[in-house]
Amino acid sequence: MEAFVQYLFSGLTNGAIYAVIAIGFSMLYSATELINFAHGEFVMLGALGLVTLWGGLHLPLPAAFALTVAGAALVGFLFERTAIRTVKKPHPIVLVIITVGASIFLRGGAMMIWGKDAHSVPPFSGHPPIDVAGAKLLPQSIWILVIAVVLAVGLFYFYRRTLTGKAMQATAINKWGAWLSGIPSERMVLLAFVMSTGLGATAGVIIAPITMCSYDMGTMLGLKGFCAAMLGGIGSLWGALAGGFTLGIVEALAVGYVSSAAKDAVAFILLLLILYIKPSGLFGTADASRF
Amino acid sequence: MLQVKNLRCYYGRIMAIKGVSISVRRGELITLIGANGSGKTTLLTAICGLLPAWKGDISFEAESLKGMDPPAIVRRGISLVPEGRQVFAPMTVLDNLRLGAYTRYRRREHREIEQDIAQITELFPILGQRADQPAGTLSGGEQQMLAIGRALMARPRLLALDEPSMGLAPLMVEKILDTLVRLKADGLTILLVEQNAQAALKIADRGYVLETGKVVLQGDAGDLLSDVEVKRAYLGKDYEEFYDGRG
Repeated sequence: MEAFVQYLFSGLTNGAIYAVIAIGFSMLYSATELINFAHGEFVMLGALGLVTLWGGLHLPLPAAFALTVAGAALVGFLFERTAIRTVKKPHPIVLVIITVGASIFLRGGAMMIWGKDAHSVPPFSGHPPIDVAGAKLLPQSIWILVIAVVLAVGLFYFYRRTLTGKAMQATAINKWGAWLSGIPSERMVLLAFVMSTGLGATAGVIIAPITMCSYDMGTMLGLKGFCAAMLGGIGSLWGALAGGFTLGIVEALAVGYVSSAAKDAVAFILLLLILYIKPSGLFGTADASRF
Repeated sequence: MLQVKNLRCYYGRIMAIKGVSISVRRGELITLIGANGSGKTTLLTAICGLLPAWKGDISFEAESLKGMDPPAIVRRGISLVPEGRQVFAPMTVLDNLRLGAYTRYRRREHREIEQDIAQITELFPILGQRADQPAGTLSGGEQQMLAIGRALMARPRLLALDEPSMGLAPLMVEKILDTLVRLKADGLTILLVEQNAQAALKIADRGYVLETGKVVLQGDAGDLLSDVEVKRAYLGKDYEEFYDGRG
């Protein structure tokens, strides 16, 4: 029982991270029908940004957090403006390959700035771990869970209640109709890029204290987030959240009861299964288009 | 109010509009009729900014619309009810209407927008009854009403409609056209593109007949309605019936 609870905690923590990454994938997909394979690199930028600003320059944590996310979102902004917007014939496959290129570029850039060594930062708060049913819950896990839930609820509110959120949804549903109604759809796409990359960086910031931060950490996290998004049904906010937690918990249980070597395999087995059985995801409404 | 002079539009190297000139005066209901592929829709997309690469001149209230994108043109006062309605199907009817007023929300006209929603649900009571329903659950005719309502939410001075009667039952077509007459009586200027020439000419002041990218006939709607050529080509009456009618 103790072991189970411990696995559950670890699953929930990782799941929250996957969920935040998946939400980033999902929101960009619903606005642009584009899978951004550079998304994981924004997670890496978030983590390494925090390493520099908080660990290195000793800025106060909230300032370092905000600056890191803003910086990564700025990179996302430039990415959209220079690499995506300028494409003359934006065929999906061309755009996907551009994102793969951007991912290699960002990884290379990060390697030059931060080097090949792994960095680490202390947890957000210095409290000792909490005992729950004999298992240990790290304070950082609570931070991660709380921030993930706040983000999800905030986004839900954004989509449901604000004009900009609705306009963004409208652009995703019918770009043409939205444009004709006076909604600047290009700006909505840009905003989706900025928000999505900002979310990726947030995931990086909150995961930084419990992982080794290095230039190549983004690839695997990005793929896991992608699995989570597909699992829940890409394009759906709650789907991304559920997919993230499902993946995190299944992974943690597999590590605990089977073998730690199974960790990464689980995500991809789940991805394959969902693509075979229900390509629209557990909670998806529409079929994701295939390339 | 709207002046189109010697407009030429291209799809790649194909010229879809070959030097069209039309004018719409304030308070008029003008109809553009013509068969499939005659360039009616192309003309509208050029006016609304969806087709940026046109040559010639389009000016609205003495200002050229060259190089403007659709949101800028909506802000100028031209709204298009697009072909196929293009409502935001998963969103509620009310959200669809609100999004039509997007440019006005940005100008902080919240109070006026609420009044306009009330006015539009008075114009189309069904939209009021279905306010919280997803737009996709409405019937075709109701969606057309919603598309018109959404366009009106931007408070246009010129309303352009692309085939509002397409795919609708005759009774619904009549309802939609009645609404246009009512809107015109309230002072709105309307540019109506239709394949249903007879119905359009009945409510219009003037009409233009387009054929393969050119204006082949223009004049008072009443004259056009009785014109031999129009009858033969667009109203579906053949020579025999025409001569019979004379005899």
